[in-house]
Amino acid sequence: MAASTLTTSQSTPPLARWANDHRKWLFAGPAMVFVGVLIVFPLAWTVYLSLTDAEGSVRAEKSFVGLGNYLDVLGDTARFWPAVLRTVEFTGVALFFEVVLGMAIALLLWRPFRGEKWVRVAILLPLVATPVAVGMMWRLIFDPNIGFANQMLGWVGIPPQPWLASEHSALMTTAFMDVWQWTPMVVLILLAGLTSLPGEPNEAALVDGATAWQRFRYVTLPMLMPTVVVAILLRGIDAIKTFDILYATKGKGGGSYHEVETLNVYAYGLSFDYNEYGIASAVLIIFFLIIVGSMWALTARRKGQL
Amino acid sequence: MATDTATTTGPGRTGARGAARGSRSSAAYPTFRVVALVLVVLSLIAPLVWMLLASFKSNVDIYDAGKAVFFHPTLENYTKVLKQANYGQYIFNSFWVAFVSTAVSILLGVPAAYSMSRFSMNRSALVVLMARVIPGVSLLVPWYYVFSNLHMVGGYTVLILSHMFVALPLVVYIMMGYFDSLPIELEESAMVDGLTPIGAFRRITLPLSVPGIATAGILAFIFSWNNFMFALVLSGAQTKTLPVAIFNFVGYASIDWGGLMAAATVVTVPIMVIALFTQKYIVSGLTAGATKG
Repeated sequence: MAASTLTTSQSTPPLARWANDHRKWLFAGPAMVFVGVLIVFPLAWTVYLSLTDAEGSVRAEKSFVGLGNYLDVLGDTARFWPAVLRTVEFTGVALFFEVVLGMAIALLLWRPFRGEKWVRVAILLPLVATPVAVGMMWRLIFDPNIGFANQMLGWVGIPPQPWLASEHSALMTTAFMDVWQWTPMVVLILLAGLTSLPGEPNEAALVDGATAWQRFRYVTLPMLMPTVVVAILLRGIDAIKTFDILYATKGKGGGSYHEVETLNVYAYGLSFDYNEYGIASAVLIIFFLIIVGSMWALTARRKGQL
Repeated sequence: MATDTATTTGPGRTGARGAARGSRSSAAYPTFRVVALVLVVLSLIAPLVWMLLASFKSNVDIYDAGKAVFFHPTLENYTKVLKQANYGQYIFNSFWVAFVSTAVSILLGVPAAYSMSRFSMNRSALVVLMARVIPGVSLLVPWYYVFSNLHMVGGYTVLILSHMFVALPLVVYIMMGYFDSLPIELEESAMVDGLTPIGAFRRITLPLSVPGIATAGILAFIFSWNNFMFALVLSGAQTKTLPVAIFNFVGYASIDWGGLMAAATVVTVPIMVIALFTQKYIVSGLTAGATKG
């Protein structure tokens, strides 16, 4: 960089000169120390804990058990594998609807219209709402007895549903909440992408007599694809780690049948409801590898395409 | 106006016939668009309105389907939450933790982002940004271990540090993008005119970065205000933040829905008011880097 090669004039005091010459690390240092002490070190500590039988009190003695925790976790078909399945299900369903609906809404908003300002405000509100409050809000709406959701179903003659109360529909009900809250995020990202697209290809296609669907499918979507991948990546990372609405609506262990217990909820419960730190750490390391693995797969595919 | 969306359905998809049909659907599109937009707005806003209405209802009215919209508004839920349930303290806790963690993150993050942008420290940047991927629980376990042995769990310091785990990477991420977009020539000409490199940063770059810093600060504040998991483990009875207080509101056999909705409104409304006035910044922050491809 050109800026780094410029040296300070001799008239400045020595301390200031030293600061200017070492500004790269002077500026970055404090943040790096924070990251090291509060993120890198704890992560290493988690790896260490996952190899011990730590449980109970944080001051209790622990001994080294090697890969025992990992073998226990990977062989656990009662809690671990169902949690993996629920994580995949929740993330997959939520992400699918968020991207499809997000794309549809972004296309609706693409060209200017009157009242645009108000629609944009409506899009922003779910996004900034506190997830725990959002969970509580939906809990009232989806209450089987007094909730507005069943009232609405009643208007069109559909019998009341148990929603969160049933072990079969609870996970999808929480996925619905996630879709409500985070589709706006996808809309904003895709809208930013659409606005930055050049107009000519679409105009040319229009002149050639392409239908709206054809223009979307063969002109807009291919140009927008990098932004779509970014949206999936950003949203996917957060969706797979969803905790707040799950814990706020179903509580400890993801409900009495563990019906919304995803990996994150499971790891949290092991750590802080049951104090099984060793096993919890093993779950977390596996969870982390799953996240990094799926991110890697997504970005690798993207590089292959472009 | 042309149709630019995938809204045409039915047969208008292929060949010359498609083009003819296409023009007919163009005429219908404005109407379709208005209806669709109204539906979108309704489904996003209605649940929030429902929460707001319920917070002004007595519990008897909440159980009465006939009083969904028309009811006797009461402030009873709010007085209950604010006076009896110690929510004044929790509001302060949420605000204080969000404010300090945001301020410190900006103080540490802005210079760091500047260095990483100007000296292309990509590997360091990657380490900071990894924080976005790491599940929060995996840090909570070791934090809890260390901080409870230091007898710090339950204090503001631990809460603020934990919230910085979200805020600092966010600030670095947004500011790196911002500094990348500022032309380096401005600093170079300032240095030719006799400013030191740090002087150029302070007098030229920093004033130009105010919109970026505002974006990062607002988003960091919102994320900290909304954060639930860290405070759930690391806060004590006196340092509880609002999301944890709301969560603890439930817990016994029957739910006081009116009080719960009032509590949920108390935590949501301040952040929504902030969002309304800073909409531009929030949108630019959330979509930062998304269109670089």
